[in-house]
Amino acid sequence: MELGFDREHILLRQMLKEFTENEVKPLASEIDEEERFPKETVEKMRVAGIMGIPFPEKYCGEGGDYIGYVTAVEELSKACATTGVVLSAHTSLCAGPIFEFGTEEQKEKFLKPLASGEKLGAFGLTEPNAGTDASKQETIAIEDGDYYIINGSKIFITNAGYADIYVIMAMTDPSLGTRGITAFILERDMPGFTIGKKEKKMGIRGSATCELIFDDVRVPKSNMLGKVGYGFKIAMKTLDAGRIGIAAQACGIAEGALEETITYVKERKQFNRAISKFQNTQFVLADLATKIDAARMLMYRAAYNKDNNISYTKEAAMAKLYASEVALEVTNKAIQLHGGYGYSREYPVERMMRDAKITEIYEGTSEVQKMVISSYLLK
Amino acid sequence: MKIVVCVKQVPNTANVKIDQQTGTMIREGVESIINPDDLGGLEAALKIKDQNNAEVIAVSMGPLQADKALRECLAMGANRAILLSDRAFAGADTWATSLVLAKAIENIKPDLIIAGRQAIDGDTAQVGPQIAEHLGVPSVAYVNEINLNMDSLIVKRMFEDGYQTIKVKTPCLITVLKEINQPRYMKVQKIYTAFRDGLVEVWDNSKLNIEQENLGLKGSPTRVKKSYTKGVKTAGKVFEVSPKEAVQIIVDKLKESYIL
Amino acid sequence: MNNYKGVFVYIEQRNHRIQNVGLELLGEGRKLANKLDVPLMACVIGHKIDNEVKVVESYGADFIYKVDHSILETYVNETYTKALSKVINDVLPEIVLVGATTLGRDLAPRVSSRLHTGLTADCTSLDIDENKQLLMTRPAFGGNLMATIICPNHRPQMSTVRPGVMVKPDKNELNQAKIVEIEVPFTETDMNVEVLEEVKEDKSKINIEDANVLISAGRGIGSKENMKQIDRLAELLTGEVSGTRAVVENGWLEKERQVGQTGKTVRPDLYFACGISGAIQHVSGMEDSNLVIAINKNPAAAIFEVSDIGIVGDGSKVIPALIKELENIRK
Repeated sequence: MELGFDREHILLRQMLKEFTENEVKPLASEIDEEERFPKETVEKMRVAGIMGIPFPEKYCGEGGDYIGYVTAVEELSKACATTGVVLSAHTSLCAGPIFEFGTEEQKEKFLKPLASGEKLGAFGLTEPNAGTDASKQETIAIEDGDYYIINGSKIFITNAGYADIYVIMAMTDPSLGTRGITAFILERDMPGFTIGKKEKKMGIRGSATCELIFDDVRVPKSNMLGKVGYGFKIAMKTLDAGRIGIAAQACGIAEGALEETITYVKERKQFNRAISKFQNTQFVLADLATKIDAARMLMYRAAYNKDNNISYTKEAAMAKLYASEVALEVTNKAIQLHGGYGYSREYPVERMMRDAKITEIYEGTSEVQKMVISSYLLK
Repeated sequence: MKIVVCVKQVPNTANVKIDQQTGTMIREGVESIINPDDLGGLEAALKIKDQNNAEVIAVSMGPLQADKALRECLAMGANRAILLSDRAFAGADTWATSLVLAKAIENIKPDLIIAGRQAIDGDTAQVGPQIAEHLGVPSVAYVNEINLNMDSLIVKRMFEDGYQTIKVKTPCLITVLKEINQPRYMKVQKIYTAFRDGLVEVWDNSKLNIEQENLGLKGSPTRVKKSYTKGVKTAGKVFEVSPKEAVQIIVDKLKESYIL
Repeated sequence: MNNYKGVFVYIEQRNHRIQNVGLELLGEGRKLANKLDVPLMACVIGHKIDNEVKVVESYGADFIYKVDHSILETYVNETYTKALSKVINDVLPEIVLVGATTLGRDLAPRVSSRLHTGLTADCTSLDIDENKQLLMTRPAFGGNLMATIICPNHRPQMSTVRPGVMVKPDKNELNQAKIVEIEVPFTETDMNVEVLEEVKEDKSKINIEDANVLISAGRGIGSKENMKQIDRLAELLTGEVSGTRAVVENGWLEKERQVGQTGKTVRPDLYFACGISGAIQHVSGMEDSNLVIAINKNPAAAIFEVSDIGIVGDGSKVIPALIKELENIRK
């Protein structure tokens, strides 16, 4: 979708393509094999201003917009879905809610270093017993004078250990159900806050996905994000926006896989001709390209809505639902068109398929997205 | 300190393909980029700006589309961008081009002028030294390292087999190779502000006042008599011959392709 | 314009070593001078250059213009520009040829600008047309296009030519030239530049992606011992050595020299594939090379589909023969 992109977005995409080609692509396979967090890349992203695209300069951001930010997630994910999600979790899930719901003091203290890229962010909602049923929070926060004491654990947290700032949900009043959940800003070095087990994952293996453990962590009241009992609302709004980022990641993965496949089928010869000459190859590619474009349109529409203060919850859910499906289909067919070589780790497409799967699950499973969409339809 | 960087917008010649049927160059779809050696020059200027209080002014002679290249220079950190554009400039060879750039630079009065060694479309490496000649300032070409030293520069001038370390007084002009540094990425914040109105100043000949007979095609001592593509690349030949004959075939081909 | 006569060649010397390109241009210069029926002149600039002038004489110039001054001991653009411009203004040749070395490509533009005349760079061929004009043909657009340039209304017509393009004439110790010493009045203000030091360097580690010529080895080479042949070939063709994944995994070559899917993508002017089968993982890394020459025992090897010249044969016979021939040519 080139219509609707301003010159700024086009120039931004040019920069991101160069950055991805030079800094991200060469490491993609290695960080997947070694399950290594791309620390050096994040530092380079900081220098280029990629870590704070949608935030105002007043808060050390780049003064850009959501469209520019999801463009970054998309372009990075074409080469490396891990790098894409590092950015997405940091921007949408941590810096995002602090920008939307934080006090001036909190923005001064936490948003500025996040937007400038000096510090990395993460978000903790999911628990061992609270996945799709996010309201079943077992992490509790008990008031104690000017503090809350937090006990409990979170799992599957992206950027865990490398992040300095964490937006965490905890139950302040179990009797109130979802209205008893409150959001807090935690810092890595708070006593009692430790990083637990690192998950061994199918894909986005470079992403640090770990358990967070809270053992009598004393969090000052000034770190409460939003009001008491508003945590669930904040989490849901945060995930709405985060979904657009994941849709962008899924689009990127699909586009990357398609590009690799197009190059491959032009080179690979069987039966005395390039396999790109066979109609089967051509028809499959045509289908995939069309679906990817459709997914991108949904994704950019959601981002556009957000930038223009138009309601975007349903649109974001549609984008993520569709893009993640497309990512899985495209990467699967990409491997197929590569034949035996596609199954080999020498070629990137098998990693792309392993990376794609998670987009149907995190930040709300596809089933959750369907719940969101249907609730709008059946109002 | 005022630094002028001469920048040219060029087609990315690495991506130009030849039409197999007609043997002509396919220019559509070839993106326009900042000439790589010029990008090295801009980065060198920005590095100086980072460490001293310098103003970096990007100057380009070209059609109005070259605005894009100048916006990129601004997004990388140049303070000012000037586009020298006038229909009368068209068809200029390196002499006439360097004259236009020199007249513009005279207006700006910089301490240092940095130009890329050569453009990937013209490949002549002439404009830089010719600008210096028009301006009457010393020039050092093929510079791979720059160090400021009060009112002079200490630079490393590369030769095929080594280098000279040269001290040159400012104002002066140096030409640099793209290998001199790794250009920085455009900064996101600057990309979002690069397209503001008026940020790229456009100067035509009414500002430079160059005599008609020195402008454009008329003002160019050299001109193109004809141009042609080298010919469609035909499928290769395979030879099953004795080693002696094989060597002859290979050597002939190497000579034909100027490798020998 | 009619006052300008003669073909003039600038003979570059650095540290008292004459650059071959200057002598090659004497060869071409003679052809042009004969076509125009005019004298061939050479010019040597430097300090204490009598030996260099003698060498030039043995390569066949009719006149040699010599500028000898202490300020010219080391090349500096300003002083050399002043010297060469003065000589040209005294002599008024219609054609001036300069070798397109890093020095020549720096000197010629300033001289041409000072003389307000045209300069065409990196010419690959020169000729005279029916109007006695110089036709200068050169590549442009990164080599995708050839252009023939003329300089109709300005003199001299100047041209730089790359080393290795023209042919050196035969040396003849009996050749005699008229040697003319030209005085150039240098003053202090002529040097705004100070050469602090001059260093000779051995080109150390090269990136294969920057190499113009790559001699590439595949498993068909047979053994690490045989890599020596590949090294020698690379040396003779001023190129770099690269290889396939198989060769790297066998420990015959460093990983930095691997070309292919899990190695590097290269597009040199010459890619010489020795004992390489041409598997797609390798080919994808080199198929954009300008000229591909391949040697392989197997006539069905896939590498032949992407080569311009394919030799079906035993590399262990062809390569040594090629090396011998190249060594001969060098002499």
